[in-house]
Amino acid sequence: MQFALLIYHSPEEFAMRKNDYNDPHLGAWRAYYKALVEAGVYVGANALEVPETGTTVRLREGKRSVQDGPFAETKEQLAGFIILELPSVDAALEWAARCPGASIGAVEVRPLAPEAMRRGFTG
Amino acid sequence: MNGSNQEDTHRTVERVARESYGRLVAYLSSHTRDVASAEDALSNALVAALTAWPRDGVPQNPEAWLLTTARHSLIDHMRHQQVALASEPTLLLLREESTEMTLSPEFPDERLKLLFVCAHPAIDPGMHTPLMLQTVLGLDAVRIAHAFLISPKTMGQRLVRAKTKIRDGGIQFEVPPERELPQRLDAVLEAIYAAFGIGWDGMAGVDQRGRDLAEEAIWLARVLLQLMPSEAEVRGLLALMLHCEARRQARRAPDKRYVPLSEQDAQQWSLPLIQEAEGHLAEAASRGRTGRFQLEAAIQSVHAERTHNSRTEWSAIVLFYEQLIRISPTLGTQTGHAAAVGEAKGPEAGLAVLDGLDLGVVSQYQPYWAVRAHLLQRLGRPSEARDAYDRAIGLAEDPAVKEFLLERRG
Repeated sequence: MQFALLIYHSPEEFAMRKNDYNDPHLGAWRAYYKALVEAGVYVGANALEVPETGTTVRLREGKRSVQDGPFAETKEQLAGFIILELPSVDAALEWAARCPGASIGAVEVRPLAPEAMRRGFTG
Repeated sequence: MNGSNQEDTHRTVERVARESYGRLVAYLSSHTRDVASAEDALSNALVAALTAWPRDGVPQNPEAWLLTTARHSLIDHMRHQQVALASEPTLLLLREESTEMTLSPEFPDERLKLLFVCAHPAIDPGMHTPLMLQTVLGLDAVRIAHAFLISPKTMGQRLVRAKTKIRDGGIQFEVPPERELPQRLDAVLEAIYAAFGIGWDGMAGVDQRGRDLAEEAIWLARVLLQLMPSEAEVRGLLALMLHCEARRQARRAPDKRYVPLSEQDAQQWSLPLIQEAEGHLAEAASRGRTGRFQLEAAIQSVHAERTHNSRTEWSAIVLFYEQLIRISPTLGTQTGHAAAVGEAKGPEAGLAVLDGLDLGVVSQYQPYWAVRAHLLQRLGRPSEARDAYDRAIGLAEDPAVKEFLLERRG
């Protein structure tokens, strides 16, 4: 079963980012990544740019609407995601608790939609 | 009525609820096996107390008052449920006892039976501890869910399912017969220890599960000891937890940094708790039946000698671990053994013990990697050490432990 760990940051946490490989802040993340891979549960992951770089598009009754910034103006914003292959939600919560993002922001655990639906989506 | 009086009453209700919850639930459910209804009835009684006691004064025997009120609520509930035919004998029994109750505040303590019910082999082992915390201590599902890292909704559902199984699954409210006792008692002790949650606090290997329930676990062990004073392992478990609890303050520096056992200031350890632990351990030893928890407590007892002797007798710890592995060869025990061997006979010997463990099993076990990293670093194998540190950091949950290991890793 696949789960997404959705990592949310506050503006302060986004501000701490240096986009620099040698950022000591990243040490815990690199270690976490290594532990995921070595445990054989890692499927994929990526980080997102800061929320201000987002642009949100909607089509309503044929009319385009384009909004600067992220979809919702909430304090904590999506910062990245990790996809894991795990036997149960209990295991997913355990990995979420170990995620460096959990102690500075929040990590939401959400199962991926069933395989059949994903196949229907990708064709 | 004035506010402070209401506050006092509130506190009295809280205190009585805390002290009597398990006794009342155990007694109310021992005939019906219906733990959920007993809990509901007791909640109703506690709510009623919040109105009645400030108005009429706190009754002379608050526990008896709660029991009588809860029992009325339980009888009402059963009538509403229209289970008249099947439950008529139970209803009669409850009513009879209800009249007796007003005369005598004494009622038997059924908590021991309830503890054995909670850790019954027919109940999912993962639910033994949550059930105990809820039915014996009255903790709510949300708090239990936090400690066990399970969604509150799921924890609530699992508790309901487990209670339904107790009611309908023919699980008897009884102290197991002699031949089953050691195994059944072990399940009860395991469940209490799981609430305590400090698997092992050696080389920054910390099992976080249920850590804020430590006090509740000690309370449960004290209840169990009161009910089974001659069981050596009950004392062993209490001694083990008291030894670990004695070091609570020393585990964190003033700036909240993690301090591993080897670097803790022994003068900060709680002497009264250590002395109490030693007392229980000596009493347990005098019964001549050794066991897993006594051995684990003995290991902690060796560490505790640092309060009056600055060095640690690692060879004694290794011997205790060797005995422990014969009884209970868990991953935690084996990792602890490796760490102790590393101190007593050098890092090479410790590493050899770790190398003997199944690599598939250790891939998600944080203490293993923390110990491995430490031993590799001492052996001067920096790149392998860094690799192992990464694994330990990635598997750690506590940010202070991560921070500590990141620093060690360099």
